[in-house]
Amino acid sequence: MRRVLLAVALPAVLIAVWWVVSALAGSFFWPPLSTVLAVFPETWNADRIVGDVLPSLARLAIGYLIALVGGVVLGVAIGSFRTLRAMAEPVLEFFRALPPPVLIPVIALFAGYTGWTSKIVTIALGCLWPILLNTVDGVRSVDEVLRDTARSYRLGPVDRFLHVVLRGASPRIVTGARQALSIGVILMVISELFGANRGLGATIVQFQRGFEVPEMWTGIILLGLLGVVLSVLFRLVENWTLAWYHGQRQAERKG
Amino acid sequence: MRLWKPLAGIAIVAAAAEIVPRAGLVDARFLPPFTTMVRALGRQVVEGDFWLALGQTLGGWALGLAIAMIAGVLAGVLIGSVPFLRAVTASTIEFLRPIPSVALIPLVVLIYGSRIQSALVLVVYAAFWQVLVQVLYGVADVDPVVRDTARSFRFSRWGIVRTVVWPTALPYVMTGFRLAAAVALILEITAELIVGVPGLGRAIGVAQSSGAVPDTYALVLVVGLIGVVVNVGARAVERRTLRWHTSIRSEA
Repeated sequence: MRRVLLAVALPAVLIAVWWVVSALAGSFFWPPLSTVLAVFPETWNADRIVGDVLPSLARLAIGYLIALVGGVVLGVAIGSFRTLRAMAEPVLEFFRALPPPVLIPVIALFAGYTGWTSKIVTIALGCLWPILLNTVDGVRSVDEVLRDTARSYRLGPVDRFLHVVLRGASPRIVTGARQALSIGVILMVISELFGANRGLGATIVQFQRGFEVPEMWTGIILLGLLGVVLSVLFRLVENWTLAWYHGQRQAERKG
Repeated sequence: MRLWKPLAGIAIVAAAAEIVPRAGLVDARFLPPFTTMVRALGRQVVEGDFWLALGQTLGGWALGLAIAMIAGVLAGVLIGSVPFLRAVTASTIEFLRPIPSVALIPLVVLIYGSRIQSALVLVVYAAFWQVLVQVLYGVADVDPVVRDTARSFRFSRWGIVRTVVWPTALPYVMTGFRLAAAVALILEITAELIVGVPGLGRAIGVAQSSGAVPDTYALVLVVGLIGVVVNVGARAVERRTLRWHTSIRSEA
């Protein structure tokens, strides 16, 4: 009870302050929260959700999954061979350090920037590097003894891959996947800001360009909620896939 | 020689970027040969505009990062040291942190247009959370016995922060710094590219839309190299600041 109260208290106060201050301020940029909430349902009606929000989310999901599969496969391959890893490292470091939004002008050169493909490619390429690099690190840090033991017990290559390499690298893969998810959301939004487009990000910018400020605020709130929901979903998946790891860590700490 | 493998890797990629367009596998209008990119870069670096844009990008990045570091460390130490504050703010921080900073783009455009404040707000917002969360982890990691010992010895509040809390939290602060430095650069470049804040990001957008393909690639190369320097530099700062710490000493 006390915990719930503590968790709810500050958000409630902040929302109340926002409500009162924005109502009193009468500023063009900060419309009253009551107005923002009032226009929310009509702004994000069924038409917009089907036509803008869901396609955006679908692009994010497709691009993210491509990056996840590609990053893990390439990461395991690169991480398993010492020479390949040493050679690939500086190039990978470069691509990781490259701020993902600069990919957009480059991709625009190849395919223009109107359809789904270029946006999905942007998201996939941006999400790929954190997953790839973390997988490489994870594969490298798999216990040698574990690897040799599995071999001594004549585990087949497939079993070794699934139960030793992939399992051992999975905490790092999850770390990479978490970083990639926030990059993916960023790229989902800004990939829609190039050219005339539909989508969640594009819609919000149209509101901004049309000086429809309360509608723009509903978009900002929607994006924020989306970020929060995705991070909660991610944590659920993480707790499920890494239950063994968290349990092990806890046991080690107690021991 | 340990260096030949990384160098060979770079050489292979550079050679591939040279041969693929020359052999016609990819249209050279979209991917110019590597030497053409380098030549475009050579033309750029003798122009004042390039250095001006570079300075604007680095300046905006550094200022935003500095503000986020100071605010993040102060807020983190304060919130982390007071159990009541930590309990009250936990849910709010968990909620605000995953909000994508790009959600603020329309708002800053409306208020600041393409002035540097737009980039600054985005950079500070994105970097602040990285620092704050790490500092909170760090302060929570303080050994209660050490803290109670310091209190028994009548250390002042400030004395405890300086001699007990800060050294414990410092490795986390450095992790936060490293993460924030990378995120700040991403947001700085994004603001320049999307909003039109002056800097290298805007130069890339201009080069691309005016069809100067080799120049686009040359600037992308520069931005990537800045990113590498930022990452390597942040790691070096971390190493230097934490020379005394066991995690660094055991590596040597």
